Amino acid sequence: MGPIGENEFFFLMQGLKWTVLLAIVGFIGGGIFGILIALLRTSKTKVARRITAGYIGVFQGTPLLMQLFVVYYGVALLGIEVNAWIAVAIAFTLHASAFLGEIWRGSIEAVPKGQTEAANALGLHYVSRMKDVILPQALKISMPATIGFLVQLIKGTSLAAIVGFIELTRAGQIISNQTYRPLLVFGIVGAIYFIICWPLSHAGSGLEKRMAKAVR
Amino acid sequence: MLNSAKDQPTLISLEDVQKWYGAFHALKSISLSVRKGEKIVLCGPSGSGKSTLIRCINALETIEDGKIVVEGQVLDGSTKSIDAIRREVGMVFQSFNLFPHMTVLQNCTLAPMRVRGTSHTDAERLARKYLERVRILDQAEKYPAQLSGGQQQRVAIARALCMEPKVMLFDEPTSALDPEMVKEVLDTMIGLARDGMTMICVTHEMGFARQVADRVIFMASGEIVEEAEPEVFFKSPKHQRTKTFLGEILAHH
Repeated sequence: MGPIGENEFFFLMQGLKWTVLLAIVGFIGGGIFGILIALLRTSKTKVARRITAGYIGVFQGTPLLMQLFVVYYGVALLGIEVNAWIAVAIAFTLHASAFLGEIWRGSIEAVPKGQTEAANALGLHYVSRMKDVILPQALKISMPATIGFLVQLIKGTSLAAIVGFIELTRAGQIISNQTYRPLLVFGIVGAIYFIICWPLSHAGSGLEKRMAKAVR
Repeated sequence: MLNSAKDQPTLISLEDVQKWYGAFHALKSISLSVRKGEKIVLCGPSGSGKSTLIRCINALETIEDGKIVVEGQVLDGSTKSIDAIRREVGMVFQSFNLFPHMTVLQNCTLAPMRVRGTSHTDAERLARKYLERVRILDQAEKYPAQLSGGQQQRVAIARALCMEPKVMLFDEPTSALDPEMVKEVLDTMIGLARDGMTMICVTHEMGFARQVADRVIFMASGEIVEEAEPEVFFKSPKHQRTKTFLGEILAHH
Protein backbone atom coordinates (compact mmCIF):
# COMPACT_ATOMS: atom_id res chain seq x y z
CA MET A 1 0.00 0.00 0.00
CA GLY A 2 1.29 3.37 -0.99
CA PRO A 3 0.94 6.58 0.96
CA ILE A 4 -1.48 9.30 0.04
CA GLY A 5 0.61 12.39 -0.09
CA GLU A 6 0.64 15.80 -1.63
CA ASN A 7 0.87 14.50 -5.21
CA GLU A 8 -2.10 12.23 -4.87
CA PHE A 9 -4.11 14.93 -3.25
CA PHE A 10 -3.14 17.36 -6.01
CA PHE A 11 -4.26 14.79 -8.58
CA LEU A 12 -7.65 14.56 -6.88
CA MET A 13 -7.93 18.35 -6.89
CA GLN A 14 -7.24 18.32 -10.64
CA GLY A 15 -10.15 15.89 -10.99
CA LEU A 16 -12.31 18.10 -8.78
CA LYS A 17 -11.54 21.05 -11.02
CA TRP A 18 -12.99 19.18 -14.02
CA THR A 19 -16.00 18.01 -12.03
CA VAL A 20 -16.81 21.57 -11.05
CA LEU A 21 -16.16 22.92 -14.55
CA LEU A 22 -18.34 20.24 -16.13
CA ALA A 23 -21.15 20.97 -13.70
CA ILE A 24 -20.88 24.70 -14.35
CA VAL A 25 -20.83 24.30 -18.13
CA GLY A 26 -23.73 21.83 -17.99
CA PHE A 27 -25.68 24.13 -15.73
CA ILE A 28 -25.09 27.30 -17.73
CA GLY A 29 -25.58 25.64 -21.12
CA GLY A 30 -28.53 23.68 -19.79
CA GLY A 31 -29.90 26.85 -18.24
CA ILE A 32 -29.82 28.81 -21.48
CA PHE A 33 -31.33 26.03 -23.58
CA GLY A 34 -33.59 25.03 -20.70
CA ILE A 35 -35.28 28.47 -20.69
CA LEU A 36 -35.82 28.06 -24.42
CA ILE A 37 -37.30 24.59 -23.93
CA ALA A 38 -39.55 25.84 -21.12
CA LEU A 39 -40.80 28.74 -23.27
CA LEU A 40 -41.47 26.50 -26.25
CA ARG A 41 -43.12 23.93 -23.98
CA THR A 42 -45.55 26.61 -22.73
CA SER A 43 -46.02 28.37 -26.07
CA LYS A 44 -49.26 28.63 -28.01
CA THR A 45 -47.82 26.69 -30.95
CA LYS A 46 -48.83 23.07 -30.77
CA VAL A 47 -45.87 21.86 -32.86
CA ALA A 48 -43.38 23.58 -30.55
CA ARG A 49 -45.05 22.06 -27.51
CA ARG A 50 -45.02 18.57 -29.07
CA ILE A 51 -41.39 18.70 -30.18
CA THR A 52 -40.11 19.95 -26.83
CA ALA A 53 -42.27 17.39 -25.01
CA GLY A 54 -40.58 14.70 -27.11
CA TYR A 55 -37.13 16.14 -26.42
CA ILE A 56 -37.79 16.18 -22.68
CA GLY A 57 -39.21 12.68 -22.84
CA VAL A 58 -36.14 11.27 -24.57
CA PHE A 59 -33.64 12.82 -22.17
CA GLN A 60 -35.64 12.04 -19.06
CA GLY A 61 -36.36 8.52 -20.24
CA THR A 62 -32.80 7.39 -20.98
CA PRO A 63 -29.76 7.05 -18.70
CA LEU A 64 -27.27 9.91 -18.66
CA LEU A 65 -24.54 7.34 -19.25
CA MET A 66 -26.15 6.34 -22.53
CA GLN A 67 -26.58 9.98 -23.54
CA LEU A 68 -22.84 10.50 -22.97
CA PHE A 69 -22.03 7.49 -25.16
CA VAL A 70 -24.34 8.57 -27.94
CA VAL A 71 -23.01 12.10 -28.08
CA TYR A 72 -19.37 11.07 -27.70
CA TYR A 73 -19.41 8.38 -30.38
CA GLY A 74 -22.24 9.94 -32.38
CA VAL A 75 -20.34 13.15 -32.97
CA ALA A 76 -17.32 11.12 -34.06
CA LEU A 77 -19.49 9.13 -36.47
CA LEU A 78 -20.60 12.36 -38.09
CA GLY A 79 -16.96 12.81 -39.02
CA ILE A 80 -16.47 15.77 -36.73
CA GLU A 81 -13.44 15.43 -34.56
CA VAL A 82 -14.02 16.78 -31.10
CA ASN A 83 -12.16 16.22 -27.91
CA ALA A 84 -13.76 14.50 -24.93
CA TRP A 85 -14.24 17.81 -23.14
CA ILE A 86 -16.47 19.30 -25.85
CA ALA A 87 -18.44 16.10 -26.41
CA VAL A 88 -19.11 15.75 -22.71
CA ALA A 89 -20.03 19.43 -22.38
CA ILE A 90 -22.55 19.02 -25.22
CA ALA A 91 -24.03 15.92 -23.62
CA PHE A 92 -24.40 17.59 -20.24
CA THR A 93 -25.92 20.70 -21.80
CA LEU A 94 -28.52 18.61 -23.63
CA HIS A 95 -29.25 16.55 -20.54
CA ALA A 96 -29.55 19.57 -18.24
CA SER A 97 -31.66 21.57 -20.71
CA ALA A 98 -34.27 18.82 -20.81
CA PHE A 99 -34.52 18.54 -17.02
CA LEU A 100 -34.34 22.28 -16.32
CA GLY A 101 -36.78 22.92 -19.17
CA GLU A 102 -39.30 20.60 -17.55
CA ILE A 103 -38.76 22.07 -14.08
CA TRP A 104 -39.20 25.61 -15.39
CA ARG A 105 -42.19 24.64 -17.53
CA GLY A 106 -43.90 23.59 -14.32
CA SER A 107 -42.88 26.80 -12.57
CA ILE A 108 -44.15 28.99 -15.42
CA GLU A 109 -47.48 27.21 -15.23
CA ALA A 110 -47.51 27.64 -11.44
CA VAL A 111 -47.49 31.44 -11.72
CA PRO A 112 -51.11 32.50 -11.11
CA LYS A 113 -53.11 33.07 -14.29
CA GLY A 114 -54.10 36.53 -13.08
CA GLN A 115 -50.53 37.70 -13.66
CA THR A 116 -50.71 36.92 -17.36
CA GLU A 117 -54.14 38.51 -17.54
CA ALA A 118 -52.97 41.69 -15.83
CA ALA A 119 -49.96 41.87 -18.16
CA ASN A 120 -52.22 41.33 -21.17
CA ALA A 121 -54.73 43.92 -20.01
CA LEU A 122 -51.86 46.42 -19.73
CA GLY A 123 -50.93 45.64 -23.33
CA LEU A 124 -47.56 44.06 -22.53
CA HIS A 125 -46.20 41.89 -25.32
CA TYR A 126 -44.91 38.33 -25.02
CA VAL A 127 -41.27 39.28 -24.42
CA SER A 128 -42.00 41.79 -21.70
CA ARG A 129 -44.73 39.62 -20.22
CA MET A 130 -42.27 36.76 -19.86
CA LYS A 131 -39.10 38.69 -19.00
CA ASP A 132 -40.63 41.23 -16.62
CA VAL A 133 -43.63 39.45 -15.15
CA ILE A 134 -43.74 35.67 -15.47
CA LEU A 135 -40.13 34.40 -15.49
CA PRO A 136 -38.94 36.27 -12.36
CA GLN A 137 -41.81 34.71 -10.42
CA ALA A 138 -41.38 31.30 -12.06
CA LEU A 139 -37.66 31.27 -11.30
CA LYS A 140 -38.35 31.93 -7.65
CA ILE A 141 -40.91 29.12 -7.54
CA SER A 142 -38.43 26.78 -9.25
CA MET A 143 -35.46 27.47 -6.94
CA PRO A 144 -35.73 24.36 -4.70
CA ALA A 145 -36.16 22.03 -7.69
CA THR A 146 -33.46 23.82 -9.69
CA ILE A 147 -30.95 23.49 -6.86
CA GLY A 148 -31.95 19.86 -6.43
CA PHE A 149 -31.17 19.24 -10.08
CA LEU A 150 -27.83 21.06 -9.80
CA VAL A 151 -26.83 18.64 -7.03
CA GLN A 152 -27.83 15.70 -9.24
CA LEU A 153 -25.82 17.21 -12.07
CA ILE A 154 -22.67 17.59 -9.96
CA LYS A 155 -22.84 13.95 -8.93
CA GLY A 156 -23.78 12.96 -12.48
CA THR A 157 -20.50 14.35 -13.83
CA SER A 158 -18.80 11.22 -12.46
CA LEU A 159 -20.30 9.36 -15.43
CA ALA A 160 -18.06 11.36 -17.76
CA ALA A 161 -15.28 9.00 -16.63
CA ILE A 162 -16.71 6.41 -19.02
CA VAL A 163 -15.49 8.31 -22.07
CA GLY A 164 -12.04 8.79 -20.63
CA PHE A 165 -12.62 12.00 -18.77
CA ILE A 166 -10.54 12.30 -15.61
CA GLU A 167 -12.89 14.05 -13.22
CA LEU A 168 -13.04 13.56 -9.46
CA THR A 169 -14.35 9.98 -9.36
CA ARG A 170 -12.03 8.78 -12.12
CA ALA A 171 -9.10 10.52 -10.43
CA GLY A 172 -10.01 8.72 -7.23
CA GLN A 173 -10.08 5.40 -9.06
CA ILE A 174 -6.62 6.01 -10.50
CA ILE A 175 -5.17 6.95 -7.11
CA SER A 176 -6.87 3.99 -5.53
CA ASN A 177 -5.29 1.66 -8.10
CA GLN A 178 -1.88 3.15 -7.43
CA THR A 179 -2.02 3.14 -3.65
CA TYR A 180 -4.27 0.12 -2.99
CA ARG A 181 -6.20 2.13 -0.44
CA PRO A 182 -9.67 2.23 -2.01
CA LEU A 183 -11.53 2.80 1.23
CA LEU A 184 -9.46 5.84 2.19
CA VAL A 185 -9.35 7.29 -1.33
CA PHE A 186 -13.06 6.92 -2.01
CA GLY A 187 -13.73 8.14 1.51
CA ILE A 188 -11.93 11.36 0.59
CA VAL A 189 -13.64 11.55 -2.81
CA GLY A 190 -17.04 11.03 -1.19
CA ALA A 191 -16.29 13.70 1.40
CA ILE A 192 -15.40 16.18 -1.33
CA TYR A 193 -18.71 15.55 -3.15
CA PHE A 194 -20.51 15.91 0.15
CA ILE A 195 -18.80 19.20 1.00
CA ILE A 196 -19.99 20.64 -2.32
CA CYS A 197 -23.46 19.12 -2.51
CA TRP A 198 -24.64 19.27 1.07
CA PRO A 199 -24.61 23.07 1.44
CA LEU A 200 -26.49 23.30 -1.85
CA SER A 201 -29.14 20.80 -0.75
CA HIS A 202 -29.34 22.60 2.56
CA ALA A 203 -29.83 25.95 0.85
CA GLY A 204 -32.48 24.36 -1.35
CA SER A 205 -34.54 22.99 1.50
CA GLY A 206 -34.08 26.27 3.39
CA LEU A 207 -35.53 28.12 0.40
CA GLU A 208 -38.38 25.65 0.25
CA LYS A 209 -39.28 26.22 3.89
CA ARG A 210 -39.14 29.98 3.50
CA MET A 211 -41.33 29.83 0.41
CA ALA A 212 -43.85 27.57 2.12
CA LYS A 213 -44.17 30.24 4.80
CA ALA A 214 -44.47 33.03 2.25
CA VAL A 215 -47.43 31.40 0.51
CA ARG A 216 -50.46 33.56 1.14
CA MET B 1 -75.83 61.00 -12.70
CA LEU B 2 -72.89 63.32 -12.56
CA ASN B 3 -72.72 64.76 -16.02
CA SER B 4 -74.68 64.19 -19.11
CA ALA B 5 -73.04 61.81 -21.54
CA LYS B 6 -76.01 61.86 -23.85
CA ASP B 7 -74.49 63.98 -26.59
CA GLN B 8 -71.05 62.34 -26.45
CA PRO B 9 -69.72 60.07 -29.21
CA THR B 10 -69.86 56.31 -28.84
CA LEU B 11 -66.66 54.85 -27.41
CA ILE B 12 -67.50 51.18 -27.20
CA SER B 13 -70.06 49.24 -29.12
CA LEU B 14 -70.95 45.58 -28.98
CA GLU B 15 -73.22 44.13 -31.63
CA ASP B 16 -74.80 40.75 -31.30
CA VAL B 17 -71.84 39.29 -29.39
CA GLN B 18 -71.92 35.52 -28.87
CA LYS B 19 -69.60 33.64 -26.53
CA TRP B 20 -69.48 29.93 -25.89
CA TYR B 21 -67.48 27.87 -23.39
CA GLY B 22 -67.77 24.52 -25.10
CA ALA B 23 -71.48 23.77 -24.96
CA PHE B 24 -72.19 26.56 -22.48
CA HIS B 25 -73.64 29.68 -24.08
CA ALA B 26 -72.00 32.36 -21.91
CA LEU B 27 -73.07 35.47 -23.83
CA LYS B 28 -76.27 35.42 -25.88
CA SER B 29 -76.34 38.13 -28.55
CA ILE B 30 -75.21 41.00 -26.39
CA SER B 31 -75.58 44.47 -27.87
CA LEU B 32 -74.42 47.46 -25.92
CA SER B 33 -73.09 50.87 -26.70
CA VAL B 34 -71.19 53.06 -24.31
CA ARG B 35 -70.70 56.77 -24.90
CA LYS B 36 -67.67 58.74 -23.87
CA GLY B 37 -67.83 59.69 -20.20
CA GLU B 38 -70.61 57.25 -19.45
CA LYS B 39 -70.56 55.15 -16.28
CA ILE B 40 -72.18 51.78 -16.56
CA VAL B 41 -72.80 49.37 -13.74
CA LEU B 42 -73.24 45.73 -14.70
CA CYS B 43 -74.90 43.50 -12.16
CA GLY B 44 -76.51 40.11 -12.03
CA PRO B 45 -76.23 36.74 -10.32
CA SER B 46 -72.92 34.89 -10.47
CA GLY B 47 -72.48 33.03 -13.73
CA SER B 48 -74.67 35.53 -15.57
CA GLY B 49 -71.83 36.51 -17.90
CA LYS B 50 -71.09 40.03 -16.65
CA SER B 51 -67.37 39.42 -16.07
CA THR B 52 -67.13 37.52 -19.34
CA LEU B 53 -68.71 40.48 -21.09
CA ILE B 54 -66.17 43.04 -19.95
CA ARG B 55 -63.30 40.58 -20.47
CA CYS B 56 -64.35 40.31 -24.11
CA ILE B 57 -63.99 44.06 -24.56
CA ASN B 58 -60.20 43.98 -24.00
CA ALA B 59 -59.81 40.56 -25.63
CA LEU B 60 -58.98 38.60 -22.50
CA GLU B 61 -61.72 36.33 -23.84
CA THR B 62 -62.39 35.60 -27.48
CA ILE B 63 -65.86 35.82 -28.93
CA GLU B 64 -67.45 33.38 -31.36
CA ASP B 65 -69.64 35.83 -33.20
CA GLY B 66 -70.63 39.48 -33.27
CA LYS B 67 -68.70 42.70 -33.39
CA ILE B 68 -66.81 44.72 -30.81
CA VAL B 69 -65.61 48.24 -31.65
CA VAL B 70 -63.57 50.40 -29.28
CA GLU B 71 -62.80 53.95 -30.35
CA GLY B 72 -63.33 53.10 -34.00
CA GLN B 73 -61.05 50.07 -33.78
CA VAL B 74 -62.78 46.83 -34.70
CA LEU B 75 -61.63 43.92 -32.55
CA ASP B 76 -60.94 41.35 -35.26
CA GLY B 77 -58.65 39.03 -33.33
CA SER B 78 -55.49 40.36 -35.01
CA THR B 79 -52.57 41.31 -32.76
CA LYS B 80 -52.75 44.82 -34.14
CA SER B 81 -56.38 45.36 -33.18
CA ILE B 82 -55.89 43.74 -29.76
CA ASP B 83 -52.87 45.99 -29.08
CA ALA B 84 -54.71 49.10 -30.18
CA ILE B 85 -57.68 48.31 -27.96
CA ARG B 86 -55.65 47.32 -24.90
CA ARG B 87 -53.79 50.63 -25.10
CA GLU B 88 -57.09 52.47 -24.63
CA VAL B 89 -58.74 50.14 -22.14
CA GLY B 90 -57.61 49.78 -18.54
CA MET B 91 -58.75 46.96 -16.31
CA VAL B 92 -58.99 46.38 -12.58
CA PHE B 93 -59.42 42.82 -11.34
CA GLN B 94 -61.19 41.32 -8.37
CA SER B 95 -57.93 39.82 -7.10
CA PHE B 96 -55.82 42.93 -7.85
CA ASN B 97 -53.20 40.93 -9.82
CA LEU B 98 -50.36 43.26 -8.89
CA PHE B 99 -46.91 41.98 -9.80
CA PRO B 100 -45.65 40.72 -6.42
CA HIS B 101 -41.94 40.92 -7.26
CA MET B 102 -42.09 44.62 -8.11
CA THR B 103 -42.55 47.66 -5.90
CA VAL B 104 -45.71 49.73 -6.19
CA LEU B 105 -43.82 52.24 -8.31
CA GLN B 106 -42.38 49.56 -10.61
CA ASN B 107 -45.86 48.06 -11.02
CA CYS B 108 -46.98 51.44 -12.33
CA THR B 109 -44.03 52.26 -14.58
CA LEU B 110 -43.67 48.91 -16.37
CA ALA B 111 -46.44 49.19 -18.95
CA PRO B 112 -45.90 52.83 -19.95
CA MET B 113 -42.19 52.06 -20.49
CA ARG B 114 -42.69 48.79 -22.35
CA VAL B 115 -45.86 49.56 -24.30
CA ARG B 116 -45.74 53.29 -24.89
CA GLY B 117 -41.96 53.63 -24.86
CA THR B 118 -42.11 56.29 -22.15
CA SER B 119 -38.74 57.13 -20.62
CA HIS B 120 -38.01 55.94 -17.09
CA THR B 121 -38.16 59.50 -15.71
CA ASP B 122 -41.44 60.30 -17.40
CA ALA B 123 -42.94 56.96 -16.41
CA GLU B 124 -42.03 57.63 -12.78
CA ARG B 125 -43.51 61.12 -12.94
CA LEU B 126 -46.70 59.64 -14.38
CA ALA B 127 -46.77 56.89 -11.75
CA ARG B 128 -46.32 59.38 -8.91
CA LYS B 129 -49.12 61.52 -10.30
CA TYR B 130 -51.60 58.66 -10.34
CA LEU B 131 -50.40 57.17 -7.06
CA GLU B 132 -51.00 60.58 -5.55
CA ARG B 133 -54.46 60.60 -7.09
CA VAL B 134 -55.39 57.28 -5.46
CA ARG B 135 -53.75 58.64 -2.30
CA ILE B 136 -51.09 55.99 -1.90
CA LEU B 137 -47.94 57.77 -3.02
CA ASP B 138 -46.38 57.28 0.44
CA GLN B 139 -46.31 53.50 -0.21
CA ALA B 140 -44.55 53.78 -3.60
CA GLU B 141 -41.41 51.90 -2.54
CA LYS B 142 -43.25 49.02 -0.84
CA TYR B 143 -44.09 45.62 -2.29
CA PRO B 144 -47.72 44.64 -2.82
CA ALA B 145 -47.62 42.00 -0.05
CA GLN B 146 -46.82 44.76 2.46
CA LEU B 147 -50.08 46.56 1.69
CA SER B 148 -53.67 45.93 2.75
CA GLY B 149 -56.21 44.68 0.21
CA GLY B 150 -57.75 48.12 -0.21
CA GLN B 151 -54.35 49.70 -0.74
CA GLN B 152 -53.43 47.00 -3.28
CA GLN B 153 -56.61 47.62 -5.22
CA ARG B 154 -55.93 51.36 -5.28
CA VAL B 155 -52.44 50.65 -6.61
CA ALA B 156 -54.04 48.44 -9.28
CA ILE B 157 -56.26 51.36 -10.27
CA ALA B 158 -53.24 53.67 -10.44
CA ARG B 159 -51.35 51.08 -12.51
CA ALA B 160 -54.17 50.99 -15.05
CA LEU B 161 -54.45 54.79 -15.08
CA CYS B 162 -50.73 55.12 -15.86
CA MET B 163 -51.54 53.90 -19.37
CA GLU B 164 -53.93 56.87 -19.59
CA PRO B 165 -56.78 54.74 -20.91
CA LYS B 166 -59.98 56.13 -22.38
CA VAL B 167 -62.10 53.49 -20.66
CA MET B 168 -61.72 51.66 -17.37
CA LEU B 169 -63.17 48.22 -16.82
CA PHE B 170 -63.74 47.11 -13.23
CA ASP B 171 -64.31 43.41 -12.62
CA GLU B 172 -65.84 43.15 -9.14
CA PRO B 173 -63.13 45.42 -7.67
CA THR B 174 -64.40 45.25 -4.10
CA SER B 175 -65.53 41.61 -3.88
CA ALA B 176 -62.24 40.32 -2.49
CA LEU B 177 -61.91 43.07 0.09
CA ASP B 178 -62.64 43.10 3.80
CA PRO B 179 -65.73 45.24 4.47
CA GLU B 180 -63.78 48.09 6.06
CA MET B 181 -61.68 48.50 2.91
CA VAL B 182 -64.52 48.62 0.41
CA LYS B 183 -65.14 52.32 0.95
CA GLU B 184 -61.62 53.53 0.17
CA VAL B 185 -61.73 51.74 -3.19
CA LEU B 186 -65.24 52.93 -4.00
CA ASP B 187 -64.26 56.50 -3.09
CA THR B 188 -61.36 56.26 -5.52
CA MET B 189 -63.72 55.01 -8.21
CA ILE B 190 -66.23 57.77 -7.48
CA GLY B 191 -63.42 60.33 -7.81
CA LEU B 192 -62.50 58.83 -11.15
CA ALA B 193 -66.12 59.01 -12.29
CA ARG B 194 -66.32 62.67 -11.24
CA ASP B 195 -63.29 63.40 -13.41
CA GLY B 196 -65.20 62.14 -16.42
CA MET B 197 -63.64 58.71 -16.96
CA THR B 198 -65.69 56.29 -19.03
CA MET B 199 -66.28 53.28 -16.80
CA ILE B 200 -67.87 49.88 -16.97
CA CYS B 201 -68.09 48.33 -13.53
CA VAL B 202 -69.17 44.84 -12.65
CA THR B 203 -70.20 45.25 -9.04
CA HIS B 204 -72.84 44.48 -6.47
CA GLU B 205 -72.28 47.79 -4.69
CA MET B 206 -75.69 49.27 -5.30
CA GLY B 207 -74.85 52.43 -3.36
CA PHE B 208 -72.07 53.05 -5.86
CA ALA B 209 -74.47 52.35 -8.74
CA ARG B 210 -76.97 54.87 -7.37
CA GLN B 211 -74.30 57.47 -6.88
CA VAL B 212 -72.36 57.36 -10.14
CA ALA B 213 -74.02 55.18 -12.77
CA ASP B 214 -75.64 56.66 -15.84
CA ARG B 215 -77.12 53.27 -16.58
CA VAL B 216 -77.46 50.06 -14.64
CA ILE B 217 -77.53 46.89 -16.67
CA PHE B 218 -78.89 43.67 -15.26
CA MET B 219 -77.69 40.42 -16.76
CA ALA B 220 -78.89 36.87 -16.21
CA SER B 221 -77.95 33.63 -17.99
CA GLY B 222 -75.79 35.42 -20.53
CA GLU B 223 -78.41 37.96 -21.56
CA ILE B 224 -79.06 41.61 -20.87
CA VAL B 225 -82.41 41.42 -19.11
CA GLU B 226 -82.92 45.03 -18.25
CA GLU B 227 -81.17 48.36 -18.44
CA ALA B 228 -82.24 51.66 -17.01
CA GLU B 229 -81.09 54.78 -15.21
CA PRO B 230 -80.36 53.93 -11.57
CA GLU B 231 -83.44 55.69 -10.17
CA VAL B 232 -85.77 53.83 -12.47
CA PHE B 233 -83.82 50.60 -12.11
CA PHE B 234 -84.00 50.50 -8.33
CA LYS B 235 -87.48 52.00 -7.90
CA SER B 236 -89.40 50.20 -10.58
CA PRO B 237 -87.62 47.25 -12.11
CA LYS B 238 -89.71 45.73 -14.90
CA HIS B 239 -88.65 42.12 -14.96
CA GLN B 240 -89.33 39.53 -12.32
CA ARG B 241 -85.69 38.32 -12.39
CA THR B 242 -84.47 41.84 -11.71
CA LYS B 243 -86.91 42.21 -8.83
CA THR B 244 -85.80 38.90 -7.32
CA PHE B 245 -82.13 39.82 -7.70
CA LEU B 246 -82.57 43.28 -6.20
CA GLY B 247 -84.55 41.77 -3.36
CA GLU B 248 -81.69 39.40 -2.56
CA ILE B 249 -78.96 41.99 -2.95
CA LEU B 250 -80.63 44.82 -1.06
CA ALA B 251 -81.82 42.53 1.73
CA HIS B 252 -78.35 42.43 3.25
CA HIS B 253 -77.26 45.96 2.55
